[in-house]
Amino acid sequence: MSGIIKMSRRDFLKTGALAGGGLILCFSFPLGKALGDTATQPAALIQPNAFIRIGADDTVTIIVNHSEMGEGVYTSLPMLVAEELEADWTKIRVEPAPVDPVYNHTAFGMQMTGGSSSVWSEYDRLRQVGAAAREMLVAAAAAVWKVDRESCRAVNGKVVHTSGRQLTYGQLADKAATMAVPKEIRLKDPSEFRIIGKPTLRLDSPEKVNGKAVFGLDVRIPGMLTALIARPPVFGAEVASVDSRKARAVPGVRKVAQVPSGVAVVATGFWPAKKGRDALKISWGEGPGARLSTAGMREQYAKLARTPGSVARKEGDPEQALLKAAKQITAEYEVPYLAHATMEPLNCVVDLRADGCDIWTGTQFQTADRNAAARVLGLKPEKVRLHTTFLGGGFGRRANPQSDFVVEAAHVARTVKGPVKVIWTREDDIKGGYYRPIWSDRLAAGLDKDGNPVAWLHTIVGQSIMHGSPFEKRMIGKDGIDQTSVEGAKEIAYAIPNIRVDLHSPVIVVPVQWWRSVGHSHTAFVVESFIDEVAHAAGQDPYQLRRKLLAGHPRNLGVLELAANKAGWGKPLPQGRARGIAVHESFKSFVAQVAEVSVSPEGEIRVHRVVCAVDCGRYVNPTTIEAQMESGIVFGLTAALHGAITLKDGRVEQSNFNDYQMARINEMPEVEVHIVQNNEKSGGIGEPGVPPIAPAVCNAIFSLTGKRIRSLPISAEELKA
Amino acid sequence: MILLIVNGKKHAVDTSPDTPLLWVLREKLGLMGTKYGCGIGLCGACTVHIDGQPQKSCLVPVKDAQGKKITTIEGIPDSHPVKKAWIEDDVPQCGYCQPGQIMSAVALLKTNPKPNDDDINGAMTGNICRCGTYQRIRRAIHRAVAITAKGGKP
Repeated sequence: MSGIIKMSRRDFLKTGALAGGGLILCFSFPLGKALGDTATQPAALIQPNAFIRIGADDTVTIIVNHSEMGEGVYTSLPMLVAEELEADWTKIRVEPAPVDPVYNHTAFGMQMTGGSSSVWSEYDRLRQVGAAAREMLVAAAAAVWKVDRESCRAVNGKVVHTSGRQLTYGQLADKAATMAVPKEIRLKDPSEFRIIGKPTLRLDSPEKVNGKAVFGLDVRIPGMLTALIARPPVFGAEVASVDSRKARAVPGVRKVAQVPSGVAVVATGFWPAKKGRDALKISWGEGPGARLSTAGMREQYAKLARTPGSVARKEGDPEQALLKAAKQITAEYEVPYLAHATMEPLNCVVDLRADGCDIWTGTQFQTADRNAAARVLGLKPEKVRLHTTFLGGGFGRRANPQSDFVVEAAHVARTVKGPVKVIWTREDDIKGGYYRPIWSDRLAAGLDKDGNPVAWLHTIVGQSIMHGSPFEKRMIGKDGIDQTSVEGAKEIAYAIPNIRVDLHSPVIVVPVQWWRSVGHSHTAFVVESFIDEVAHAAGQDPYQLRRKLLAGHPRNLGVLELAANKAGWGKPLPQGRARGIAVHESFKSFVAQVAEVSVSPEGEIRVHRVVCAVDCGRYVNPTTIEAQMESGIVFGLTAALHGAITLKDGRVEQSNFNDYQMARINEMPEVEVHIVQNNEKSGGIGEPGVPPIAPAVCNAIFSLTGKRIRSLPISAEELKA
Repeated sequence: MILLIVNGKKHAVDTSPDTPLLWVLREKLGLMGTKYGCGIGLCGACTVHIDGQPQKSCLVPVKDAQGKKITTIEGIPDSHPVKKAWIEDDVPQCGYCQPGQIMSAVALLKTNPKPNDDDINGAMTGNICRCGTYQRIRRAIHRAVAITAKGGKP
């Protein structure tokens, strides 16, 4: 957006972009209280609106309403404000926003971070915010100097008059606070940008490098106790009886209390709480969940996949076209449950007092968590102040539809006096559910006599993640189709005249949730592997077939060709290596990846190099885009090589990083990222790097070994020479 | 009472002797830069130096660290070439694992001042980064070597 924006008071109220006069929000210093360093906070002089505070020392504090979980919003969102504010970038500071409707997501109507949406959803609002504040500062300078406003201009944290006089933003802050909110503002033309689009180092690196960054787990309040919770060994099980005598005898254990999610052991620290929990004797009423096994589920799912489900997309007459095709191929794919395994295990601090409650946690779901805690505590939502800390990874897990880790901590807080921190161990995290669902897919394609695909039939089986979530109404249609179950499969861009995509959504007791790239985490693997199968069946180069079928989709085609060219597609490789390619659209962005792979005689896969091309439209920080592509590639590679949560007799068989493994530095390929330059609307970057890597690697493996991987994680056993 | 020497300071700590050093550093001494990630020595988020050696503090009962020289992320000066390189290469994402990564990198450079990529992979394999910053970690370690060569003091 550029040009003149007319701002009415109604717009400010509606968009929450500006909070003048009575709308100024009461700001707390959330982490300051916990850390006891409130004295170091610069005095606030003005709050030109809810997103900017300018101090007398010229610091410009941007209040960021999206959670920093590594994706870089504490840098990219301030860049949007600073650009239009004409701020001095070295004076920018960041503070997490409290919970307030003014900070709601512009598209989703609640305060949250997810769906790779932070930059595109704030691209206009935060620029308007910055521009409005800039206008107020310029007006203030003109008033001080008693000159025409047009003779003053904002430059790098100062207002400069044509005479050469200048005042810093800090000097002008007091006066600017008294200026009227501008009726219209001019946004810069992109050709004038000096911050947006320029490689910019993260603002949060220094504190993350010196150990001072405060994650939820690092919050300390005087008198705080620590709680661990013994949760059921089987999903859906309930406590039948508890013998807590030994647990209570552990020095440091203060309390053992039953809460809805299990049995809480509250102690003076982590270690006594853990020893106390280990000493609990609980008998569980296990219920039907105890009969569940993922091996059985996979069989059931595969059977279901051979029957038609609810139709998500139908074009032409796919069944007839398949029957009449010169050649038919079919394949069945499957992927497992996956845990998010954020490096910082889940945690939440609750300080419940007679006059209200403070909560500190790293969350992606501020509004929902605050409201859920208020319900548990019997408080009005405004009596609950939720403070967002840094998140030691999110990947969707910290946007829980039931606010599980916050609600549970609120229940524990009700049983004790004073503040309490609930900590999840790694084992609690791995066994705790809210997984990426298991999926089974059956695909069939028909080729004509020239090898062109004429029919594509894709049946998907898997649990709905939206069922029971706040987005159920929005995301599940009358036809019962959860859009996230079919995303990336339903809207395939390949020019095939007859298409059917259908869905079965079995209900299973295992809780499931969005996991970085959501439905695309599975559909890209399946679609991009099967189109490769189609190419090989047709005797065509997989890259060239994709090119041909994507001719009508310039952005898909653009990244595909860019990645292939940069990777040297078709050029010779060292002996024992092969390339695989995949292209996928997700979260309004387009990503293609070419992976160079070798396989040892023992079946060990080595990904040597990944060339990644990304088109995310107008972008803010290219450094972050590169980082997020690298990150997505490692995340997807970890799942492809190692990731599987399995259940036997209802029990999760994995527990920690010994049996739920992460890719490590020795498995890190060389990654190079190429960013497409255009003026399309901004797309996401946090997730779109994930989907293409698994199929790119598996397609390379096929090219190298002739073995088609249709089940993840890739089995070294299957690839043994 | 357990006597600890952490970042050059002496502390007398009242704690159960089997408590892992990690939790003593965090809960008793308030040194929150050392992180909990797995509790079984597999992720490296809790890496500290004990008598100069990188150790997983989640596996060290505090009684075994008594009297030894313990260095945590807070004990590495901000001017250290590794910390500087980490910022210049924009390594952190969520940042949670980075104190442990830095402690491993600092230890590596003490014994091997000019590591190649294989050396780096070997020394850093014990540190998981779920955000996948590994490529930047490699780059930053090479940069730290370059900063040191230009006179930066570890």
